[in-house]
Amino acid sequence: MANKRISVNAKTRRLMIHETVTSYLFLAPFLLFFIMFVVYPMFMCVYTSFFDATMGREDIFVGFDNYVTLFNDPVFWTALWNTLIIVVVSVPVTCAFSLWVASVISKMHVAATSLFRCIFYLPVVTGSVAVTMVWKWMYNYSQGIFNYVLGEEGLGIIEKNINWLGDPKYALGCIILILLTTSVGQPIVLYVSALDNVDKSLVEAAEVDGATPMQAFWKIKWPQMMPTTLYILVITTINSFQCFALIQLLTSGGPRNSTMTIMFYIYHNAFKLYKYGYGNAMGVILAIIIAILSAIQFKMGEEK
Amino acid sequence: MNNQNRIEKNAMREKIYKIASFVAIGIIAFLFAFPLYWIITGSFKTGVEINSPKPVWIPTEWVIDNYQRLMSKRTAPLFDFSFGGWSIKMFGLVFSMNKFTITGPTVPAAIRWLINTVFMSVTSMLITCVTSAMAGYVLAKKRFWGRGLIFSLVVCAMALPKQVILIPLLREMSTLKLYDTIWAVIFPIVGWPFGVFLLKQFAEGIPTEMVEACRIDGASEWRTFTDVMFPMIKPGVGACAIFTFINSWNDYFMQLIMLISGKNLTISLGIATMQGENATDFGLLMAGAALASVPIIIVFLIFQKYFTKGITMGAVKG
Repeated sequence: MANKRISVNAKTRRLMIHETVTSYLFLAPFLLFFIMFVVYPMFMCVYTSFFDATMGREDIFVGFDNYVTLFNDPVFWTALWNTLIIVVVSVPVTCAFSLWVASVISKMHVAATSLFRCIFYLPVVTGSVAVTMVWKWMYNYSQGIFNYVLGEEGLGIIEKNINWLGDPKYALGCIILILLTTSVGQPIVLYVSALDNVDKSLVEAAEVDGATPMQAFWKIKWPQMMPTTLYILVITTINSFQCFALIQLLTSGGPRNSTMTIMFYIYHNAFKLYKYGYGNAMGVILAIIIAILSAIQFKMGEEK
Repeated sequence: MNNQNRIEKNAMREKIYKIASFVAIGIIAFLFAFPLYWIITGSFKTGVEINSPKPVWIPTEWVIDNYQRLMSKRTAPLFDFSFGGWSIKMFGLVFSMNKFTITGPTVPAAIRWLINTVFMSVTSMLITCVTSAMAGYVLAKKRFWGRGLIFSLVVCAMALPKQVILIPLLREMSTLKLYDTIWAVIFPIVGWPFGVFLLKQFAEGIPTEMVEACRIDGASEWRTFTDVMFPMIKPGVGACAIFTFINSWNDYFMQLIMLISGKNLTISLGIATMQGENATDFGLLMAGAALASVPIIIVFLIFQKYFTKGITMGAVKG
C-alpha cells in the first residue's frame, strides 16, 4: 500500500519535472527579453539610485544622498505638484467623459458605434509627435486658430491674443487639454464593450418594474461595470503620470517651470545633465507613488 | 390619467435627452477628428495660407511644396550594413576581417526614417507575437514550478511606468554596443509583457480538454502548440500584433533616448528633430506629421476589429 503511494508520488514528481522543463523551454524566448530588458533594468533603477552615477566614470556609492537632495529640490516639488494637478484633473474627467460617450454611442446602430469609437480613438493612433505638432500650430500666438476662434472675429470671448503656451497661467491647462483628447480613446472602447456585456434581462426586468433609464443605469449597469471602471482608473492614472512627449515638444517644462512634471524632470536630469543616479531616485519615487495610488484604487474598488 | 401623463412626459424628456446627446456627441467627435483634418489640409497649403492669422478652413490651392521642402532638408543613405571589424586569435594564428560597409544611394532622410520605422514596428511585432504566444500558452495551460513568480513579475512590470527603466536600459544598451541602433528600441518592446498577458487571457478561454486530447493522441508538446493551440488563439495573436505595431510606431520616448544619428531616426523622432530647427515652419511640420501618422492610421482602420478586441481582452480581470 505504502509502496504504491510512493510510486504514484514519484510518477507525479516526474510528470511535474517534465512539465516544468517543457514550460521553461516555451517561456525561454520571452524570458530572455523580459529579464534582460525589463526586470534587470527595473532592479538596476533601484540599485543605481544609491549611487552618484554619470557618463564615463565608475559609479560612486552615496547612500541616500540622492533622495535627500531630491526632497530639498524645489523644482522636484513643483514637478510633483504639477503632475498631481494633471492626474487629479485628467483622471476624473477622462472617466466621466468616456462613460458618457460610451453610454450614448452604445445605443446607436452598430455601424455608428464603431464609427464613433474609431473617431475617439484617432488621436491615440495619430501618435504623440504628430498630435503635438498640430496643437502647437493651433495654440500659436499669431497663426493659431484658438486665438482666431475665441477672438473678436470669432466668438469674441477673449479681447486680445493669448500666448497660450508661453503664459504660466494657461500652459498647464493647454497641456491637459491635449492629454485629455489623447487619453479617452481606450476607456471608451472598454466602456462600450462593458455596456454590451451587462446582463440585459436585469435591465429589462427593472424597466418592467417602472425604473427610469437613469435608475436602470446607475442601479444596475454601473455596479456591473465596476471592474472596468477600476481598470480604467488605474491605466488613466498611469498614463497621466507618464505624459511626456507633449511637454518635451511644446514647453520643455517652462514657462517658469509651470509645466514641469516628474517625467520631464527625470528626462532633463538623466539625459540632459547626465545625473543618472539622481534620475533613478526620482524614478523610484514615481514608481512608489503610482503603486500606492493603484493600491488605493483597488482597495476602493473592492469595498464597493 | 395622471399616471399616463407622467409616463408621456418622461418619454418626451427621454427623447429630448437622447437627441441632445446625439448632437453633442456629433459635435465633439467632429472636434476630435479636426486636428487630423488640420494636419492633412495644412500639409497641402501654401505658405501664405498657413501663416494667415485668419484660418483658411479649406485650402483654395493644393500644393506639394511642404513635402518637397521636407524631402530636400536632409538626406541619408537608403540603407547601410556593416560587417566584420573583428579578429580572433586561434592556434597562434590571427583570423581577422576588415570592417566594410555597404551603403545605399542617398535619398531624402524622411524616406530612410520611414523605412526604419516600418522595419522597427514589423520586427518587434513578429518577435513579440511568437514569444508571447508561446509564453501565454504555458502560463495559461501548464502548472509548473515558478509559474506564480513569473506571472506576478509580469503584472508588476505592466503597472510600472515604462520610462522609469529607461536610464538603466540606456546604459545597458551602450554596454551591449546596441546604443543608436534600431535594436535598442526593438528589444525592450519585445520584453514588454503586455502581449504575454493578453495571450494568456486568450489561451485561458480554450478548453483544456483540447490540449489533453492531443497529449493522449501522442502529439509532441511542440505539435500541440503549433497545430492546435496556435490556430485557436489566432484572433488573440492578431490583436497582439496590431497592438504592438501601433504602440512601437508611436513609442516616442524610447526612440528619443536610444537613437541619435541622423540616419537611424524613426519618422516621428525625425519630425520632432526637424521641429527643433524649423519651429515655426508649420507647413513643413504638418507634412512631416502627415507622413508619420497617415500610414499608421490606415493600418489601424484596416485592422480595427482586432485592435478593439485586444484592448478589451487585455483588460478583463486586469
